[in-house]
Amino acid sequence: MTNEHLLTTLRARFGDDAFTDVEEPHGLLTLTFQRELTLELMHFLKEGELGFTFLTTMCGINYPNNLNRELGMIYHLHNLVTNTRIRLKTFFPVLDPVMPTLTNLWATANWMEREAYDFFGITFTGHPNLIRILNVEDMDYFPMRREYPLEDQTREDKTDSFFGR
Amino acid sequence: MDHLISGPSGPEHTERRVQPAQEPLPLFSAAGPGAPLQLRDELNNELTTLNLGPTHPATHGIFQNILKMDGERIISGVPTIGYIHRAFEKIAEHRPFYQITPLTDRMNYCSSPINNMGWHLTVEKLLGITVPKRAQYMRVIVMELARICDHLICNSILGVDTGAFTGFLYVFQEREKVYEIFEEICGSRLTTNMGRVGGMERDFTPVALDKLRTWVKEFPTVMREFETMFNRNRIFMDRTEGVGPISAERALNYGFTGPNLRAAGVDYDVRVMNPYSSYQDFEFDIPVGTTGDTYDRFMVRQEEIWQSLRIINQALENLPEGPFHADAPHYYLPPKQAVYRNMEALIYHFKIIMGEIEAPVGEVYHSVEGGNGELGFYLISDGGRTPYRLHFRRPCFIYYQAYSEMVVGQSLSDAIVTLSSLNVIAGELDG
Amino acid sequence: MSVTTPPALAGSGKQIQMVEAPEGLEGAGFFATSLEKVIGLARSYSLWPLPFATSCCGIEFMATMGSHYDISRFGSERPSFSPRQADLLMVMGTIAKKMAPVVKQVYEQMAEPRWVLSMGACACSGGIFDSYSVLQGIDRIIPVDVYVPGCPPRPEQVLDGLMQVQELARNESLRRRNSPEYQALLASYNIK
Repeated sequence: MTNEHLLTTLRARFGDDAFTDVEEPHGLLTLTFQRELTLELMHFLKEGELGFTFLTTMCGINYPNNLNRELGMIYHLHNLVTNTRIRLKTFFPVLDPVMPTLTNLWATANWMEREAYDFFGITFTGHPNLIRILNVEDMDYFPMRREYPLEDQTREDKTDSFFGR
Repeated sequence: MDHLISGPSGPEHTERRVQPAQEPLPLFSAAGPGAPLQLRDELNNELTTLNLGPTHPATHGIFQNILKMDGERIISGVPTIGYIHRAFEKIAEHRPFYQITPLTDRMNYCSSPINNMGWHLTVEKLLGITVPKRAQYMRVIVMELARICDHLICNSILGVDTGAFTGFLYVFQEREKVYEIFEEICGSRLTTNMGRVGGMERDFTPVALDKLRTWVKEFPTVMREFETMFNRNRIFMDRTEGVGPISAERALNYGFTGPNLRAAGVDYDVRVMNPYSSYQDFEFDIPVGTTGDTYDRFMVRQEEIWQSLRIINQALENLPEGPFHADAPHYYLPPKQAVYRNMEALIYHFKIIMGEIEAPVGEVYHSVEGGNGELGFYLISDGGRTPYRLHFRRPCFIYYQAYSEMVVGQSLSDAIVTLSSLNVIAGELDG
Repeated sequence: MSVTTPPALAGSGKQIQMVEAPEGLEGAGFFATSLEKVIGLARSYSLWPLPFATSCCGIEFMATMGSHYDISRFGSERPSFSPRQADLLMVMGTIAKKMAPVVKQVYEQMAEPRWVLSMGACACSGGIFDSYSVLQGIDRIIPVDVYVPGCPPRPEQVLDGLMQVQELARNESLRRRNSPEYQALLASYNIK
């Protein structure tokens, strides 16, 4: 299954302007789609003729400088029969970080979405148990967002002058 | 499994005994987290809540499972992870490429060379560097050695969990010998930080090749001893057959990869599907199980050890001559003798380590077959010193979700054995 | 400890290291010394570790337990996973802030006398993980007796650390755990 065939099938189903920023970095078809299409698109990819039955991974991302598109989700799907991969991206504003859940399609999406919630604060409607997974439960911020620093700010034994800060 | 339902005997309890719990109760209460603890099920049987972990001799690594049990049988379980969350992805956003290699070591620390090589392959894909054949074969040898080490730990600890400690001692002696080989190659035993972008840091010394050849000759004897102890052992088979099964459809839905998926019957191996580092040159089989239970997982790993040994033999025999690294002075650290004598080499060394190199803008996803499955690296580079975003597709994190489903209806000792056979490494789980 | 050969094996060429007896009064069929020295000697050679293994250092501890490096030569034959029955808490690996209350609880559950050996860079000081989620050293929550640096430390280093704990155990006063200094130390960590 070539990337052109994929792209034409998707465009035939969802319309020519449904996918922006179409690229093929290192041979992997990468598309950006609108958040409203998520469930329909994933359902079509998984259950339809294209056969992307394996959700490899999903991750969140934060581009603080893109107005109204600060947060994003990136999905990697894999068709194990024809050995084709596809990368799908979607972006949405940081003031409205809501995405639909994919747990009804793939059971593996459960923890991956919890991780995205834990790190970026993206809430997934319909998720059975959207609580923090890796960080402490009472943490009140979303650490992977670019505005937060890496190090623990409450350390008093680390002198900045030694570390060039 | 009626005989496993414990409880006081007597006429008033007979009804309970012949009516085992029917549907597994939903894993998460519809009322959400913080809802009051459910102490009785719908048949008004009293349930026990058992806290397994985070510090427990049988959970290899720290993760917690709160199990609801009806006597000895598990009704449901809620896992909690994150007890060793070290924020790899956040740290990687602040480190140049070479400083991320030690981080990748510490994900699946039982087979660090595979993580290292996977990371180097990702960076090479981004930078468009071709690695010479000799370096590729060297990488295959160390990756397969690491895979053997990982499977040996998993299987011997599975033996320890069923009460058989000797296998662990025999197998760890072989691991010590592999540690010596790793020391010859890179200087470190466990967290190897092996390889460079573009190849390996040094050629295999004659001592290393010697140790490799000796090990490859002596290991089959020890492995056969280990197999004699476990493979057809009546007690071991009784403990592991039919325990913690998962069907192939369910496993694929859960994103299983690696030996756990192959035990369920799906022959998906990244080395065959998307070959990297010359794996297409080698002839090896993919062992596949049928029921996806603990015994199948154990046997798949045992057989994979033999296949890895086969690959190492082929690679050693056909090791091509040539350079052990690519000609990429902007990305490959210059040799130390040059760094101490030559100004230009010193400057290159400094620049590369500090990250003042030109990385192209782009994104790449590359995956390797780790000890536990498809270990993926999704790297987004914005041309700066450090990656803009680095996401690790960690197989342990993905398949551990299925654990609560796999142990429903099993007894507690079966749950321990299932957990052990999944080979959950806490470093990879929490990342 | 000096290298001497016992009289029975003199001339055999074997070099046996004898444990020196503590100072005391010796006579025909009796040996009198202070209770402290005897108990210290006994304790130091039977330290039961609690292997609190969280990450990579745990695998190196497994290698130390294995037959090549063999920690049971030093009396640590029985690793106890129950804190009630352990003498030496060996914290091996990164302790995240989520795990810190667990470490403290395990330490509080151990009975006196107890020692803590912090193995690996992560347990000593946070290691290479200078991030928001990692506790920068377990000595922020519990008092530590011996630090074994390394990432991961070689089994020989771990055994050296264990020998230093043995030294501490051998020379410890019987009254130390009730002394005001020790109580102040525990109070500074908020440990009852």
